[in-house]
Amino acid sequence: MDTSTQAVVVKSNSVVNRSSKRTVLNNLSAYGFMTPWLLGMLLLTAGSMLFTLYLTFTNYDLLSRPQFIGFANFAQIFKDQNFWTSIRVTFLYVVLSVPARLIASLLVATLVSKQVRGIAVYRALIYLPSLIGGSVGASIGWRELFDQNGPIDSFLKLFGIHGPVWLGSPATSMVVLVLLSVWQFGSEMVIFLAGIKQIPGYLYESATIDGASSFQRYVRITLPMLSPLIFFNLLMGTISSFMVFTQVLVITDGGPMNSTLLYVLYLYQQAFQFFHMGYAAALSIILLILIALCSGFIFLTSRFWVNYDV
Amino acid sequence: MGASRSYLRIGARHILLIVISFVMIYPILWMFFSSFKPESDIFSTSNLWPTRWTLKHYLDGMTGASGVNFGPMFLHSFEISIVVVVGALFSSSLTGFAFARLQFTAKRFLFGFMLATMMLPAQVVLIPQYIVFHKVGLINTFVPLMLPSFLGTTPFFIYLMVQFVRGIPKDLDEAAAIDGCSTFRLFRSIILPLARPAIITISIFAFYWTWNDFFSQLIYLNNPNLFTVPIGLSMFMDNMGQSQWGDLFAMSILSVIPILVVFIVFQRYLVEGIATQGLKN
Repeated sequence: MDTSTQAVVVKSNSVVNRSSKRTVLNNLSAYGFMTPWLLGMLLLTAGSMLFTLYLTFTNYDLLSRPQFIGFANFAQIFKDQNFWTSIRVTFLYVVLSVPARLIASLLVATLVSKQVRGIAVYRALIYLPSLIGGSVGASIGWRELFDQNGPIDSFLKLFGIHGPVWLGSPATSMVVLVLLSVWQFGSEMVIFLAGIKQIPGYLYESATIDGASSFQRYVRITLPMLSPLIFFNLLMGTISSFMVFTQVLVITDGGPMNSTLLYVLYLYQQAFQFFHMGYAAALSIILLILIALCSGFIFLTSRFWVNYDV
Repeated sequence: MGASRSYLRIGARHILLIVISFVMIYPILWMFFSSFKPESDIFSTSNLWPTRWTLKHYLDGMTGASGVNFGPMFLHSFEISIVVVVGALFSSSLTGFAFARLQFTAKRFLFGFMLATMMLPAQVVLIPQYIVFHKVGLINTFVPLMLPSFLGTTPFFIYLMVQFVRGIPKDLDEAAAIDGCSTFRLFRSIILPLARPAIITISIFAFYWTWNDFFSQLIYLNNPNLFTVPIGLSMFMDNMGQSQWGDLFAMSILSVIPILVVFIVFQRYLVEGIATQGLKN
């Protein structure tokens, strides 16, 4: 029972009947308001989770009846070469893109936190790619940007560099995807920007009086004050990087030679191209566990570097 | 001496900002101007600005001269996105109000559960949902894309609403109760109008997440007559011949315009919404 309801019950001890009637009424009205969400939670979220769990132990192709096969899906997954490739490639993507986005967003947020003329326009322009970056339209543009004779190649030619066949070779295809992710650092930037504005000015003033250089002020004041937000962006960025899909499907479709077979793309192929529903369900459970482990790890380390006393 | 130095510093800052902004929007500009270039000029010249302007790609894309007609796809995308906005507002305002204002058993547990589902990857629930919608014959309808929003399946929206409603003074509730206002009247006539910024933020996010959504539209819609813009674009890219880059760019540009318009109109709310998300966590 909720503590405040408890308080009501204790206070009106003499009229227990009336107050318990009120609790019932309160519950009825509250659950009335929450009916849509409760239905969704039971049917679409909790129900689906249980269904997924059941599916992981089956062989199911949508047409015939699900066959119960115990842990065979998992056994097969751990022997599946493509699964290990997708794990390796996904971790590579996360490890390259998340820190790059964090650093880019931090530096640019610092830059746009200073008041200069037209700063709102600069902020909006820099934020723009984050708005549209996840769309198919932007992914198509990004793909052609790195095409042979595309603008990137033309730009490199100015310096006499003959660009690689970006999307044609396993060594560089991942770079194209990571750069697309970094290009969308805007929402992290906005969060950092809000954080920078919250830092009290007197901290900087007293540090300046003590003779701290601007670099020292940044490292000793700004970064620690922003650490809760760095933590938040790191966590969210990691989770969303594990789930990247649209860009991968549009730009590389996993190729060349599976060098960009990111996890969710592989899951999609298994579920909706080969209709291995049980197998894909098992993949999705493994994804859930991986994300939980990574989030847990970030949470654990956070106590060593996140500063909560303001 | 000092003044000219600070001018120099401001000038340097502007140059840096201009360079960064230009790099950020260059891909968009390139696609935009390419969509007005004749096909032969798109990859043969590194000039951003077209030497000859043409509207052919826009007309072809919208009317279907290239075999794919994007007109109806835009209508489908709008239809789905707008219904999802309504659904998201319906479910998140009711649930958010209950969590922020009402007393009930298991409130803490349910709230914790809701927060936990924010981290749940969509793929974990997508496969069973697909199977169920498949079984009841709703593949190739918009129902699987619209229905979940009415059932509050985006916990982030509920969270946003809870945070906002908590900030509305509680005295209002008491005054309303003394005046004999029912709980629903309190929600409908007092809290909801005051929650306008939250409502706008939720609408914007719901609109552009749905507009940009690719995964669920891809799996639920296989009938070309029902295609939405993202699927249309990806299919067009897979099937097109050598000479249709212009059409593809033109339609890609059109596909991001609704997002830009919403952004420009509601920019202030959007940035605030994101900032709250980051700060209150």
